[in-house]
Amino acid sequence: MINFLPLLPLMVLTGVILTLMMAIAFMRNLALSCGVSVIGLALTLGSIIWVNLNLEPAYVTPLLKVDDFGLLFSGIMVISALFISLLAYSYHKQRGEQQDEFFLLLLLATLGAVTLCLSVHFASFVLGLELLGISIYALISYPNQGQFSLESGLKYLILSGVSSAFILFGAGLLYAVSGTLSFADFAASGIGSTDSSKLFMLIGSAMMLAGIGFKLSLVPFHMWTPDVYEGAPAPVAGFLATISKGAVFAALMRFFLAADGYQYESIMTGLYWIAGLSMILGNILALLQSSIKRLLAYSSIAQFGYLMVAFIAVSELAGKHLAIEGAVFFLIAYFITTIGAFGVVTIMSDKAEDHDLDNLDAYEGLFWQRPLLAAFMSIMLLSLAGIPLTAGFIGKFYIVASGVESQLWYLLAVVVIGSGIGLFYYLRVIYAMTKKGLASSEVSIPVTSSWTMAAVTLLLLILGVYPAPVIEWVSNMALQLI
Amino acid sequence: MTVIQVMLLLFVGGVLAWLSERWHSNWPKWIALITCLLSGVLLLPLYSQEPAIVISLAGAPSNWIEYSQTSWIPRFGISFIFALDGLSLMMVSLTVFLGFVAILSSWTEISDQPGFFQFNLLWTLAGVVGVFTSLDLFLFFFFWEVMLIPMYFLIAIWGHEKRAYAAMKFFIFTQFSGLLMLVAILTLVLVNANQTGQITFNYFELAGHDLGSGLSLIVMLGFFIAFVVKLPAFPVHPWLPDAHTQAPTAASVLLAGILLKTGAYGLIRFTVPLFPEASIEIAELAMLLGAISILYGAVLAFAQTDFKRLVAYSSVSHMGFVLVGVYAFDAIAMQGAVMQMVAHGFSTAALFMMAGAIQHRIHTRDMTQMGGLWQAMPKMGAVALFFIVASLGMPGLGNFIGEFLVLLGAFKVNMTITAIAALGLITGAIYSLIAMQRVFQGSDDHQRELSDLDGREFTALIPLMLGLLWLGVYPQPVFDLVNPVLASIQQVLAGAGSQLIGSMP
Repeated sequence: MINFLPLLPLMVLTGVILTLMMAIAFMRNLALSCGVSVIGLALTLGSIIWVNLNLEPAYVTPLLKVDDFGLLFSGIMVISALFISLLAYSYHKQRGEQQDEFFLLLLLATLGAVTLCLSVHFASFVLGLELLGISIYALISYPNQGQFSLESGLKYLILSGVSSAFILFGAGLLYAVSGTLSFADFAASGIGSTDSSKLFMLIGSAMMLAGIGFKLSLVPFHMWTPDVYEGAPAPVAGFLATISKGAVFAALMRFFLAADGYQYESIMTGLYWIAGLSMILGNILALLQSSIKRLLAYSSIAQFGYLMVAFIAVSELAGKHLAIEGAVFFLIAYFITTIGAFGVVTIMSDKAEDHDLDNLDAYEGLFWQRPLLAAFMSIMLLSLAGIPLTAGFIGKFYIVASGVESQLWYLLAVVVIGSGIGLFYYLRVIYAMTKKGLASSEVSIPVTSSWTMAAVTLLLLILGVYPAPVIEWVSNMALQLI
Repeated sequence: MTVIQVMLLLFVGGVLAWLSERWHSNWPKWIALITCLLSGVLLLPLYSQEPAIVISLAGAPSNWIEYSQTSWIPRFGISFIFALDGLSLMMVSLTVFLGFVAILSSWTEISDQPGFFQFNLLWTLAGVVGVFTSLDLFLFFFFWEVMLIPMYFLIAIWGHEKRAYAAMKFFIFTQFSGLLMLVAILTLVLVNANQTGQITFNYFELAGHDLGSGLSLIVMLGFFIAFVVKLPAFPVHPWLPDAHTQAPTAASVLLAGILLKTGAYGLIRFTVPLFPEASIEIAELAMLLGAISILYGAVLAFAQTDFKRLVAYSSVSHMGFVLVGVYAFDAIAMQGAVMQMVAHGFSTAALFMMAGAIQHRIHTRDMTQMGGLWQAMPKMGAVALFFIVASLGMPGLGNFIGEFLVLLGAFKVNMTITAIAALGLITGAIYSLIAMQRVFQGSDDHQRELSDLDGREFTALIPLMLGLLWLGVYPQPVFDLVNPVLASIQQVLAGAGSQLIGSMP
């Protein structure tokens, strides 16, 4: 008899989705839909904490493993979804009727993300990936006016479909040589021992990496990112940049740790180049963007390049613990920061009719018109740039530390150069916001959004100034993995 | 713990100044001024302590004026270590004092967002105080970066015509070199951790640790580059003329007066004691860079028509003496370097304040538009003359003592470089007097009616004049104050030197 109790978070989340579906069927009310999803996500978070405190780590069927790593990532996904829902409320309030299903899709996508975080088997991995992906197609093209979102929705649909096919084919090839779909059994199956199986293994994992690289928008699979982020509604772009990427990263990390993907030199070389190129190209292409969303898209490519440095650093035995810890902490900081940055774009776009207000011109003089909003944005950008007092600084510290510990000197040089370039475009936005001369027109921020942003900013600063508790926690989690 | 109190006072004062803007636009500057005065008062009792002969740089901290340690991030052995010795105390006092001068110098200049201005000003001061007192490498780096952001805002929001470019350049230069330092710090810490099994960022535990010669040279360079960029020395100085010229007066005062000194402080406090062998290896190169900076800065200063830019390049020249003094590894030269830090802080801050005062009155910094200002403003002319002769190294004033001691000490070590550096005294006289001549002498083509220096400006300038005079006539207290730390650095260097000699075949 399998004990399904550890799956409580997934069950709660599913229950919430059903409830919301019923609620929409009976009464269309944006506040109600948003309320149900926020409360539901809070309950899910509660259940995650409860499971973490009361139950031992366990496999539930061979597909899912509920352990500290999975629960930590699930918690991050759920909290992020909660913030995004709150920010999306006033955004949708301005945009006419029939906005309720947005929250339904958001919850479904979150369910997919949580499944990814817990999966230890290709079946559940693909299940989570598709649940996430298909909800996102609909989320991107959700606004019914404007062709922009439709275009980017279609773009994402096609490219994401192709990448999923790559992942499936890759998994198939790996299955052909190993006879197993479970992450942990790969290591035991001893693949790569003969020449032909080695070839299969290489092609299979290269295809998988290509597919995952697409989902994480790493160079050279990054082309879609700016277009899609630009076209998607701001809260969805935030979702794409955080939850959608983070969940895939969690699964990738679990796969690599369980299957010991680090032993294959050719794969590591590939990752090495992917990380380096992502940092360089992401930062260079972000330089001259005039749209904040595109800028954040390229910056997120670069940020994932930094993250990959820690990911690669896991390969060295000496630096394993530090690197896992660093990757997780960096991801937490990145999540908070990115949600905050897209949150500001969301609030700015509240009033805009058929497109988001993401042109840099719209942000000029923001410091004098809407000081609070400008302050939020500046803190987020400084955190992305890794300046102290923010979580991004500790994240950057971790990346450099894990790089040093595993002696990845070339990548570290790229990190330093990339961060230097990065400063330029982050500061460009901040400078635009400090420009003077525009008449002050006080526009208030909606209550839900302002409190959410305040909470996000507070989290960011606490993590930047007093990170010790979170570090302890992440460090203990990382110790269990090695 | 006084230092923490001062820092908190500055942080809180900054926030209060910002908030007070809602009630009256005059409140922020008063709050800022009072905050600085209170910080100064807090520091005074520290001077009553009897200075020790020598302080410990490695092992257990002893003989420090103040020392406090609180755990911060135990996972990495990071703690809040604030410690104060004579050198730190002097730099902190200089910071607070020049903060006071900076606030007075911008008293009427800033009309929009005065609250945010004072907030940034006070937070810069707080960050710099943190840099001068933290002895945990992580904490040090934290403050090193924290002081940049408010300074960036000061330049980017209240600066002159090309402020965006200048602010960006300033930030990117410092931040980029800072990242090199971060890599160096982490390499030092993690290599140490692998050898001793204990991860720590504590200065006292890391000092005296041997990395092996190859690695320690590279790691040392990480620190060295970051500090030399800040100092600044040729060839990494290009951020300075732009930042100083475009910054509002108060920010120029702070930049020249104290932010440059963080680089010099870093060299004395971290680079040399943490990596004595590697420092000895590059000593000659560093002295040469210093000498080149002296001449290069002087030549470029001579060619400027913008008054602020001239003073900015003269800073490159004067800070070159500091670099020569520190890397001569001679007790006298090092004393001179420290003296030069303080005296240059005074004289350059005053010159930037004069530049600001002139610009405020005639709305230009272009010296071709000036001339004959002495007739219109005789008091300002006299005061400017005082600071210009101070800056060119007139005996009897602080800068002379600094430059003279540097040359005296360095002469024994490297005669050629010292001879080149000594040329700086002549070139310094040329560009300073030319500036004086172009601005105040001659005839005024515009026949301007200008108001002379007022009481507020005198309040800021007179203490600076007295300070320079005191440093020039009776510099002994400064020597007594910094002697313990310099003596202990000499000990470290002597140990390293004998090892180097001993290892030679």
